[in-house]
Formats: sequence, C-alpha cells, structure tokens
Amino acid sequence: MATTSISFAESSLLNLVLRRADDALILGHRLSEWCGHAPMVEEDIALANIALDLVGQARSLYGYAALVEGSGLTEDHFAYRREQHQYRNCLLVEQPNGDFAATIVRQVLFSAFMDLYWREMMTSRDKALAAMAGKAEKETAYHLRHSGEWLIRLGDGTDDSHERAQTALDELWVYTGELFEADDIERGLAQSGVAPDVLSLEGSWNQRLAPILREARLEIPQAPFMQSGGRSGRHSEHVGYILADLQYLQRTHPEAVW
Amino acid sequence: MYTQALNGIPDEATDQSSEAARFQARVDAEQKIEPNDWMPDAYRRTLVRQISQHAHSEIVGMLPEGNWITRAPSLKRKVALLAKVQDEAGHGLYLYAAAETLDVSREELIGQLLAGKAKYSSIFNYPTLTWADIGAIGWLVDGAAIMNQIPLCRCSYGPYARAMIRICKEESFHQRQGYEIMLTLARGTPEQKAMAQDALNRWWWPCLMMFGPPDSESQHSDQSTRWKIKRFSNDDLRQKFIDATVPQAHYLGLTIPDKELAYDDASGHWKIGPIDWAEFKRVLAGGGPCNRERMRARRKAHEDGAWVREAALAYAQKRRARREAMQIAAE
Ligand SMILES: [Fe+2]
Ligand SMILES: [Fe+2]
Repeated sequence: MATTSISFAESSLLNLVLRRADDALILGHRLSEWCGHAPMVEEDIALANIALDLVGQARSLYGYAALVEGSGLTEDHFAYRREQHQYRNCLLVEQPNGDFAATIVRQVLFSAFMDLYWREMMTSRDKALAAMAGKAEKETAYHLRHSGEWLIRLGDGTDDSHERAQTALDELWVYTGELFEADDIERGLAQSGVAPDVLSLEGSWNQRLAPILREARLEIPQAPFMQSGGRSGRHSEHVGYILADLQYLQRTHPEAVW
Repeated sequence: MYTQALNGIPDEATDQSSEAARFQARVDAEQKIEPNDWMPDAYRRTLVRQISQHAHSEIVGMLPEGNWITRAPSLKRKVALLAKVQDEAGHGLYLYAAAETLDVSREELIGQLLAGKAKYSSIFNYPTLTWADIGAIGWLVDGAAIMNQIPLCRCSYGPYARAMIRICKEESFHQRQGYEIMLTLARGTPEQKAMAQDALNRWWWPCLMMFGPPDSESQHSDQSTRWKIKRFSNDDLRQKFIDATVPQAHYLGLTIPDKELAYDDASGHWKIGPIDWAEFKRVLAGGGPCNRERMRARRKAHEDGAWVREAALAYAQKRRARREAMQIAAE
C-alpha cells in the first residue's frame, strides 16, 4: 500500500512558513497536554488559552502554506500527513512539559523570541505574513507576559521553586541557539524583505529576558554548546511520539473526513 | 456538567421560626435569596453540597475529554475540543465561586473531593475509547446536563442561578458541537459509522442514569422542591431527555441500544426498557471502570502542583513585605 504521507516541493517561502507553523503547532500540542492536570484551575484555563492561540496561528500559517504550495493541499495535510523529517519546528518547542517550571521556562524563552519576530514580520513585504504577524504579535505579547510573571513567581518564590526554575533554565538553554540560526533560507528571505533576520534578533532577545531573569533571581546559564537540527528535520526522539498521537486517526483512516 | 441527584439531604429542615417563615415566603414569591440573607442551615448545606458536587463534576469531566485533545483528527476539531474542555474548567471556577458565597472555601471543597468524601457525576467514570466518544459526550452528556440545569437557572439561590445561566449557554453550544461530530461520523466511512454506533451503545444508559434514581426511590426531592432548588422530578427530566434525543438518534441513522424502546401514542412519550440501577449504584460506590483513574489523576495534579501554589503564595507574601518596607522607609 502506498504511503499516507504527502510529498511536495519545498520552496524557501514554504519552508519558512512551515517553520513558524510547526513551532506553533508542536508547542500548542505540548501545552494542550496540561489540560486537566495543571497546578490550579486558573492555569488549566491559561495554558489552554495559549495552546488555542498557538494552534490557531498554526492553522493560519498552514493555510497560507497550502496557498503557496498551490496543488490543493489543506492545513490538515501539513499537520497530519507529514513525517517527522518533514517537520520544521525548533527543538525547544518539542521538549517535554516536565514540571510546571520547565513549561514556563520553555514558554518564556520561545515567546520572547516570537514576540520580536512577529513584531518585525508586521512590516514584511509579504502582505499575508504581515497580517498574520499583526494578530500573532498581540497574542505572543500576552504569552510572554503570563509566562514571565510566572517565572518571576517561581524564581523568587520558595527555595524549591527557585531551584526548579533554575534547573529548567539550565536544561532548556541549549535549545535557544537554534532560534537565531540563519541558514540560506532565513537569510535569503530576510534580504528580500519577506521575513525578519533571526540573527539580528538575538541581542534584543537577551535584553527582553534580562529584566525578567533578574527579577526572578535566576542566572543566565553558560552553555558551552547549543543543540540544533529541527529546522532541517533532525528532531529529538520526542517528536515521533508527538506525531504518533497527533496523526493516529488520520493515518488509520486516510479516506475519512472528520 | 453536571448535577446528579443528591444523596441524603438532612431532613431537620422544618424550622418553625419567623425567619424561616419569612424565608419560605420569599422563596414562594420567586424572590432570589442572596449570600447575606438569612437562610436555614439545611438550605445552606444542601446548596453547598449540590454546587460543589456540580463544580467537581465540571473539573473531573475535563479528564475523559482531555484524553482526546492531542489525538483530535483535524485541527478544527482539536481547537473546538480544547476550547470545550477549557469551558468546563471555567464552569468549575464559577461554581466554586458560587459555593464560596456560602462561606466555604474552594480549598476545603477540593480537599473533600480528593479525600473521596464528595461526589461528582458518575458519568465521568466511564472511559473515552474512540473519537466518537467525544461526539457522544457533547451530544448526550452535555445534552443531559442541559435538561438538568435549565431549571436551575431559576433556582432560588441567586449566585447559583446566575452561574447556571452563563453555563447553560455554553453547554448548549457543546451539545450542538457534539451532535455535529456524530453527524459527520454517521455520514462517514463504515468504520466511522460503526464508531458512532458503538459510542451511542456505551453512553446511552449511563446518560439516562445522570438524572438520578427513579422518583419512587428518591426520598428527598420534596424539600428541595419546596426551596425551589429542584423544579422537576428525576423521572420527568429523564423523560424529557429521552423524548428530545430519540429522534436525534434516528436522524443520525443510529440505533438506540434498547430493544424495548417504543413510542407511546397515548402519552406522546418514548417508553424505554428497564434501567440497570445496580450498575448506577456500583459506579456511584466507586466500582465504575474509571473511578480510580479519575481520582488518581485529580490527586496527582493537586500534589504535583502543590509546590507551584506554595511558590505563588510565598512570592505574594514577599512582595507585600517589600512594599510595606518601602512605605515605612518613605515615611
Ligand atoms: Fe460544563
Ligand atoms: Fe459542557
């Protein structure tokens, strides 16, 4: 039997749109795993909210990817019919939820980056991306505020919460280098005014983080090396399990409409 | 969701004082009782028990549906399900807040749930085995909840009635959404249709049990009726649900799993076969397929989250202390 996976030619623009879409979907997936299991009902609601924003962003981006691709694919083809190596998300978003501290640290690191990214994307020459960025930026600013406030509470809460927050920061820091990796795709689209230059965002990202970490009494880790590979489809072992859950029904019943 | 008939209302409720007479007169006149008004102790206790049981049901109810969020079969369905489960969390919050107006804290109520001393709707002790269960829960469980809850929008206790108005709007949205999932499955591939029928087979009877024991066996409806907490009997509400739901199942082309089901021309109602009340009692007593898992999941979330709640509290205290120190320094 033929595979149920899709194959398609990946232009630079399509690849870039999928990076943003996959980041949003995979992180949304992770956050949705909290639903019903959070430390308090208010956080069940807040984390679900962020997950809803992210899956919503992913849907808009996949919709645009389908338009760019042009052969009649849909948002669900991109989400449900690609294999692990076709996923373009960064390693940071696929990391397991861990304890609440790890979830919050992951969110702060990612949202601080995306808030800057979407803000610059608002002036993209690509009108569709600029419009999506306008909406996504507002949402992302809230995600950063919410997770930043929690990081301060955890970092400056009890000894236990401080230690958990610092440990999470130390462990997740190695995945932050990848956010600013500018390969030919990112560079080319930055030069043509379609997308922000991710390399140039690193300084502002550090500036965004510094006051949050200071107030949280957390130390910026010294990472001797960074992990990467997600953008080219070389993921951690976690993604296989995420996709097994995410795609199981569509893969089992490829002819069905849901 | 989701109220379920109460077990044992204290029956020393016939307080003869003039305050009690005034209270009852207000209830009879359909005036709302508010938190600062005088109320009989038994009325307060009944409400605390019913509202908290209802709140717990919303929270425990997140688990069976939450089970399918990561596996929802399309992004559209995923967003809708996540938003639905989030709504249920919100219902839990409004209801805990309504209970708190009766001088009992959320912590205390949650403590009772986790200690196994408080009940929640038994329906959530059944497993969600396939995607069709998400459709069936929306259609039938939220549907049954609406039947139970619409009359509560006129409950004599103001905060509960107002919470119910807000909640009922969302429940009816959930019900339509669930039915639409069932419709899509019923019109889908043979496997999808079989999935839908299987879900109906498993959820139908437990949903009928959501209305509580038959009127012949429920002793305590009278007092709740006099207090205008309860407006219709268990059997009346159950019949209303059956009459509304049977034609919906027929429209889906699905079969209600009851060989004795028949339309009674004389009364204009659908008559059902006997409900297995032994099963109802067993699940209520802890013997349902998922009672232990549900409680374990709630306890784990509570225990794993303890350090987070402590951190938030410690941080708030530190902040307050720092602010006070700054004020003193400024003076
Ligand atoms: Fe609800
Ligand atoms: Fe609901």
